Amino acid sequence: MLDYKPNIVLSNDDQEYKVIGTRPVRPDGADKVTGKASYSADINLPGMLFGKMLRSPHAHAVIKSIDTSKAEALPGVRAVVTSADILKPSGRASELAEGAMVNYKFLSNNVLADGKALYKGHAIAAVAAASPHVAEEALKLIEVDYEVLTPVMDAKEAMKEDAPLVHERLAGLTTAAIRAGGVLDDDDPARGTNIANHFEFKLGDPDEGFAQADVVVEKEVSTVAVHQGYIEPHSGTAQWHEDGSLTVWSSSQGQFTVRDYTARLVGIPVSKVRAIPMEIGGGFGAKLTMYMEPVAALLARKAGAPVKMSMSRTEVFEASGPTSGTYITVKLGATKEGKITAATSTLIFEAGAFPGSPVPGGAQCMMSAYDIPNAYIEGYDVVVNRPKTSAYRAPGSPAAAFAMETAIDEVCEKIGMDPIEFRLLNSSKEGTRRVTGPLMPRVGFIETLEAAKAHPHYSEPLEGPFRGRGVASGFWGNNTGPSSAVALVHPDGKISLTEGSPDIGGTRASVSQQMAEVLGIPVEDINPTVGDTDSIGFTSNTGGSGVTFKTGFAAYTAAQDIKQQMIERAAKLWEVTTDDVEYVDGALQHKSDPELRLTFQQMAARQTPTGGPIVGSAGVNPPGAGPAIGTHIVDLEVDPDTGKVTILRYTALQDAGKAIHPSYVEGQIQGGVAQGIGWALNEEYFINDQGHMVNSSYLDYRMPTSLDLPMIDTVIVEVANPNHPYGVRGVGEVCIVPPMAAISNALYDAIGVRLNSLPMNPGSVLEALWSKDNGGA
Amino acid sequence: MPEVWIPTTMQSLTGGQHRVQVEGRTVRQVINNLEQVYPGVKAILYDEEEDDLQAGVAVIVDGEASQIGLLERVQETSEVHFLPAIGGG
Repeated sequence: MLDYKPNIVLSNDDQEYKVIGTRPVRPDGADKVTGKASYSADINLPGMLFGKMLRSPHAHAVIKSIDTSKAEALPGVRAVVTSADILKPSGRASELAEGAMVNYKFLSNNVLADGKALYKGHAIAAVAAASPHVAEEALKLIEVDYEVLTPVMDAKEAMKEDAPLVHERLAGLTTAAIRAGGVLDDDDPARGTNIANHFEFKLGDPDEGFAQADVVVEKEVSTVAVHQGYIEPHSGTAQWHEDGSLTVWSSSQGQFTVRDYTARLVGIPVSKVRAIPMEIGGGFGAKLTMYMEPVAALLARKAGAPVKMSMSRTEVFEASGPTSGTYITVKLGATKEGKITAATSTLIFEAGAFPGSPVPGGAQCMMSAYDIPNAYIEGYDVVVNRPKTSAYRAPGSPAAAFAMETAIDEVCEKIGMDPIEFRLLNSSKEGTRRVTGPLMPRVGFIETLEAAKAHPHYSEPLEGPFRGRGVASGFWGNNTGPSSAVALVHPDGKISLTEGSPDIGGTRASVSQQMAEVLGIPVEDINPTVGDTDSIGFTSNTGGSGVTFKTGFAAYTAAQDIKQQMIERAAKLWEVTTDDVEYVDGALQHKSDPELRLTFQQMAARQTPTGGPIVGSAGVNPPGAGPAIGTHIVDLEVDPDTGKVTILRYTALQDAGKAIHPSYVEGQIQGGVAQGIGWALNEEYFINDQGHMVNSSYLDYRMPTSLDLPMIDTVIVEVANPNHPYGVRGVGEVCIVPPMAAISNALYDAIGVRLNSLPMNPGSVLEALWSKDNGGA
Repeated sequence: MPEVWIPTTMQSLTGGQHRVQVEGRTVRQVINNLEQVYPGVKAILYDEEEDDLQAGVAVIVDGEASQIGLLERVQETSEVHFLPAIGGG
């Protein structure tokens, strides 16, 4: 057994680094903890108005008319907008634009309801006034005539032939393209549907595979909608300029998305919109889209003054995307020696009021950790009368893993095999054929499992009644995309680095560290900022655990640009060729004359006379983000009188490729686990029979606090990603994939009953215990 | 020749075949040559108006998701997969 300490890094990388792998203080840290950092709602402009949104009181209703005249007449009100004021792009599936998985018709209809209110809280109209209180009063004066319809709140109900249709003309797609849905052509006689998409993957012969199995487990699990739970509500401020251009301030996971979406919905070119990213108080995927910015822009245009709109917490819960509720069936066959022979699964995901649930992610991840020769997976994207779902950390994968990883636990029990040994026997590795077809790239599943097996947590006896231990693994593909970085070298040898990725997890530090490593300078000499859309090249969203990979790649490339420019300047100074000059340990030196040497700082001081400012820049779109994989071990205890579950110990082991800043990798892992524990044990949208959420505050929506959790131990396993100069693979999402399954498996170990529905709250646990006492289970 | 793995929901266009071999040195050429043999495939994978892959389609060549889509180089021994693109959180 290895001598483990909490939060340890196990690496297969013997490269020596000076900056990579160290733990400097984050550049934005002091401002954030002293209240100096500016978040989206901190913007205040001269003459600024305050916008408020009228929202639907019904989960499903036809909007027969809207009368805003009384609101407009209220003193202090400067503008009122409805869907009549917003552009309504075509919703044909073939007309989705710009390569993005967004249907602008649906985006427009979500920002301001058109014709129908599709969920409780759906935006109906907005008011801008001199004060927020006047705006709120004005909302009460807007008269909306609704024809209330029966809502459909559940995906299985929505799939029935006679279910109420959320959209009368929704097209059911069945192509490889998992697009954000579409509407039928006007001349298409087909009936609308609530099934926005249905897709399949097949590998080998599942029937033959099950015939080879000694044991077969079949089960169904279900999960309910949970919210990402970021502390900072959505907010956006818009100001028009005399030349017809627009500035937007907001907190998002992508200022370029804010720019593009706003431009499209207010009808101006993207070059006329400057989107300024503010600090972000959490996103977890849900700030990849937007709600307020185009409405603020429409109000500001009408009022002739800047407008700020901010959501309340209730609005965040009711009108911004939670993740999907799901139903997932899985069938798993294995030999008595523990080899998986076949697996099949059906995933049904609620998309909310508009198509685009994360079911593709769930389907593509759920079996990818394993070498399964025969498999079939199908996925359904189903619209219901709930807020449009948005991404939440490894979108789709946690629910899918809840099904797959608990099924594995059942197989292990049937054949009497250790669950880590079972996973080792079946683990995916480089060259394994994934169920979705492609071969697996280099990934450290085996190394992570070996680390879990060797961890003292796994072998330490767990004694006492109603205590149990569970294990589960998880997979996430990670994403990349275009990214930009520009570095200005100052005469004092410091660097101002502008990057395009909003920083939600310490990436200013991890990106700067990669630049500092190339240049051989202290990371403290680099001052990173996140640029607006007019000051940095296009950069794809902060999502998919991609920033340290792609924007780190951009910073690495910009640093190489600086290095090359400095080599050319030194060659000019010394009147030699660039082949005679090398850059070593933060200094330029002649390869054969040790007298000729200039440090980075000395060269920076001489940049003007040697040719002008030195500016390093890079625009990249690097492939090969490399997947992420993790294994978790959890110990828990059940109170048999109350059903309360206490997490006693938690260890998360994860392949990080290369931990550029280990503290922030650990922080990501611990944060993901904490959210996963909340998802597993407590969190849920509690919906009444009218389709209304009745726990839309943090008093009633039970997220875990530090008092609910033990210290979450982490083990960073480093199996370098060969597609990145420092071996980086994304770390921010896969950590939320295993917790629900691990906790369910531990609960079974503790009480002998399998809980297959989330949340496994005290009521569910008590019912399970009573069921067992009554001879159930 | 490169081998193209046909998505399950498109196999009705290829007579049930889930793997086919077609000429092509780029993803664009592969799609064009697929269309010659299996009409209808191109409309599902290719957006003529945008001159790009359809929104939401990812192409994976030799195990790596391409960032340049139609322009991605394809080798004689390459495997080409068309999969739903997935977004992160």
